[in-house]
Amino acid sequence: MSTHTATDAAPGARLKKLIHRHDDPGGAPRLSPLWTFVAWLATLAFFAPVAWMVLTSFHQEADAATNPPTPFVPLTFDQYKLLFSRDITPFLLNSAMASVISTLLVLALAVPAAYALSIKPVEKWTDVMFFFLSTKFLPAIAALLPVYLIVKDAGMLDNVWTLIILYTAMNLPIAVWMMRSFLAEVPKEILEAAEVDGANLPTVLWRIVAPVAMPGLAATSLICFIFSWNEFMFAVNLTATQASTAPVFLVGFITSEGLFLARLCAAATLVSLPVLIAGFAAQDKLVRGLSLGAVK
Amino acid sequence: MTTLTAAPKTAPPPARTRKSSGIDKGRRRIPLLPALVFTIVVTQLPFVATLVISTFQWNILRPGEKHFVGLSNFTFVFTDERLRTAVLNTVVLTASVVLLSVVLGLGLAMLLDRRFAGRGLARTMLIAPFLVMPVAAALLWKHAIYNPDYGLLNGTLNAVYRFFGAANGPTIDWVSSYPMPAVVISLVWQWTPFMMLILLAGLQAQPGDVLEAARVDGASAMATFRHITLPHLRQYIELGILLGTIYVVQTFDAVYTITQGGPGSQTTNLPYEIYLTMFRKYEYGQAAAAGVVVVLGSIVIATFALRTIASLFREEVSR
Repeated sequence: MSTHTATDAAPGARLKKLIHRHDDPGGAPRLSPLWTFVAWLATLAFFAPVAWMVLTSFHQEADAATNPPTPFVPLTFDQYKLLFSRDITPFLLNSAMASVISTLLVLALAVPAAYALSIKPVEKWTDVMFFFLSTKFLPAIAALLPVYLIVKDAGMLDNVWTLIILYTAMNLPIAVWMMRSFLAEVPKEILEAAEVDGANLPTVLWRIVAPVAMPGLAATSLICFIFSWNEFMFAVNLTATQASTAPVFLVGFITSEGLFLARLCAAATLVSLPVLIAGFAAQDKLVRGLSLGAVK
Repeated sequence: MTTLTAAPKTAPPPARTRKSSGIDKGRRRIPLLPALVFTIVVTQLPFVATLVISTFQWNILRPGEKHFVGLSNFTFVFTDERLRTAVLNTVVLTASVVLLSVVLGLGLAMLLDRRFAGRGLARTMLIAPFLVMPVAAALLWKHAIYNPDYGLLNGTLNAVYRFFGAANGPTIDWVSSYPMPAVVISLVWQWTPFMMLILLAGLQAQPGDVLEAARVDGASAMATFRHITLPHLRQYIELGILLGTIYVVQTFDAVYTITQGGPGSQTTNLPYEIYLTMFRKYEYGQAAAAGVVVVLGSIVIATFALRTIASLFREEVSR
């Protein structure tokens, strides 16, 4: 960063012109046409690989592996049909089972915990919060060996439930932090007033806590779903044939069938689709989940 | 996956209720217990096991020779050439990915903080790289983009060369020629949206009246950015760097898929090296010792991260 100050007219004035603020009370300042162009150029550059992946997934193999690239060729659903005829379904079902059940388990554990950390806080609740958080900060690879040995001894290798338990542990701290930050928004005055009026616990939970917590619950589930759906390291090392999930399918079909670019793109698009949908749906809450509730 | 001994101290919790009785205290803990017990069992016990295994000479290929060797696995870890390379690669990989994505993310966040035609759509499109499954993204970069024969990069170069009348573009094998940049770029592509989201949230949390006052006082845009926006953004940048570091240090998918740590061990990072020690060399004792070292390193990073989060947290609690 250079040392321009308010008196340093030339570059400062230029920048000011470029990102000129119009006088429109209530709205954010507008970008100038030049910077709007830059913004869109950057957006398209970042989006290009995704667009290329989706486009190639609708091509024939012969059209996909051309040099120079040929984007404008007839589209086809063949690659997707092939994927389903090659049994991608069990992998998708395993992924769905591992991510949905682990997300439900996470919520069942995290919501009461968040309640005990916000609405009726236990003593030293901040220490408990940081204990949960610290478990998230240490690398999963360090746990792989003991987890592998324990799972092997228990005869739980290649079992979806193993992944469910691990994903629950992986996402629980995120969920506790997110849910606490949502539950902390329940107005104290109303809670106290309800207590004074002698409202019983179910009524308080249903009438006062639930309406505030529901959007948080939805956002938390989506974040947990995304992380479980995408998890690869445990999935590839702890499953073999029965319990393998979608990311394991992806790497497996490359090594076993050589390279089919269009089919690879179809598979990549297909397995990314649930998370893309979930992420777009939750985009305003995404940052809160990713920062463990630290940023709103 | 274990815990830190000392969490940074936060402000005392706000006094929400009057002094609670002993029975009430106990009752308050009940909803917390299932989550706490589950977390301790699943995340702390494996670490204890890692510590124990790290003191054994244990190769699964020679089952009879398993015996206690004290700290000699750690001597191995600190003197092994491959592991030292892996540590260096991890630092290079993590630092370049995190710094590049913070810089790009900041630029994008500053653009998206302002209104322009199609801002909502641009934001949605920019989040997409982060939402593509990491393994899928790695395969996409390796085969659809970097492939020397028909990848998008060489294909586009070829098209440009032909457009200008040359016979053919260069055939560059991106992954073999530039293995580390190849991995870094694919990860920067995935992590920039993450940084952008955090920094955008920071920009939008800026108090509008201060910016307005600066403008009325005739401060230049540059001065406003340097003296108001940047100090305000500092804790968001720190948070982005620290969370990014924690996630990127653990990179396994991209290395496993794009380079398999190669050529040689040029892109082997610590998680991948530990994986190789475990499932290719079957040296369980050494893998466990390397795991312990990684955990200790992470504790250092996490301590800073926790402090940053604690300061944001304190602000929120006292609000």
